[in-house]
Amino acid sequence: MNTSAATAAVRPRLTWFTFASPANFYRLAGVLGPLCGVVAAAFALAGLWMGFLVAPTDAVQGEVYRIIFIHVPAAWLSMVLYVALAFWAAVGWFLNARMAFIFARAIAPTGALFALLALWTGSLWGRPTWGTWWVWDARLTSELILLFLYLGYMALVAAIDDVRRADKAGALLAIVGVVNVPIIYFSVVWWNTLHQGSSLTMGKDQHMASTMLVAMLLLTLACWAYAFAVVFVRARAIVLEREGDHAWARALVAARQGS
Amino acid sequence: MQWHSLSEFIDMGGRGGFVWGAYGTMAVLMLVEPLLARWRHRAARTAIAERMADEEAARVAAAGERP
Repeated sequence: MNTSAATAAVRPRLTWFTFASPANFYRLAGVLGPLCGVVAAAFALAGLWMGFLVAPTDAVQGEVYRIIFIHVPAAWLSMVLYVALAFWAAVGWFLNARMAFIFARAIAPTGALFALLALWTGSLWGRPTWGTWWVWDARLTSELILLFLYLGYMALVAAIDDVRRADKAGALLAIVGVVNVPIIYFSVVWWNTLHQGSSLTMGKDQHMASTMLVAMLLLTLACWAYAFAVVFVRARAIVLEREGDHAWARALVAARQGS
Repeated sequence: MQWHSLSEFIDMGGRGGFVWGAYGTMAVLMLVEPLLARWRHRAARTAIAERMADEEAARVAAAGERP
């Protein structure tokens, strides 16, 4: 009986809510963050090798089509991360969970980065291919709005001093803004403007050569792993910013100073 | 592999500026962002350490004032 009590003290029971505790999350993310970083680097190297050394020259577009290998992952991640941001904002709103708001805040800058990169790489592809840097096409415009939603969320939560009020105000903006994601996704179907249709369609014959597809998917996995890695690091920083008066955070800092 | 020389690879069929402009920007930003996140983490740790030091100094000062 003594031993079981001792074990319970050392190793708390693992439940669905274990990592809702900032202290537990902090430890877990400290391991998962670097791991995701290594995975991202490995996929990036494999994807770049596929994309530049294996994938052939495109018959129509020449070499500039290789921008697609990073443009599509950046655009996908910008949308996926926005949905993740809105999801955690909603969880925080309805369950009042501390970690949920931290995740929402940690995701925003990375999502904004991918939205910016989707626009930037798209522009560099569009100039030689379409003959223009920018058009007010439905896809491009809605992606630009996505970037502004990220920036608006970040500006709003930064502008309100009270952390809880800032979290709630930001959550409302994030949740309302999520209507933009299906608009981006279906914009090429709903409006017949310049941007082409989906690069990938489930269950249909692919338009792309398989080596091109593999390069794009490898770089997509790299972007996913990168997003996890950097969001974990930022979430840990925010946990410390908010939990600085808690004993566990102080013990952690003291232990680091002692070593 | 379709490249016969390094210069041909860099030239990207005359579109090198566009291709490397896209990949280069992405690479730079994806290296800078994790650094910013790590700095933020370090700053948060330093802030806690400073607060602890201030509180310790205040405690020592209060103990010294006691008769």
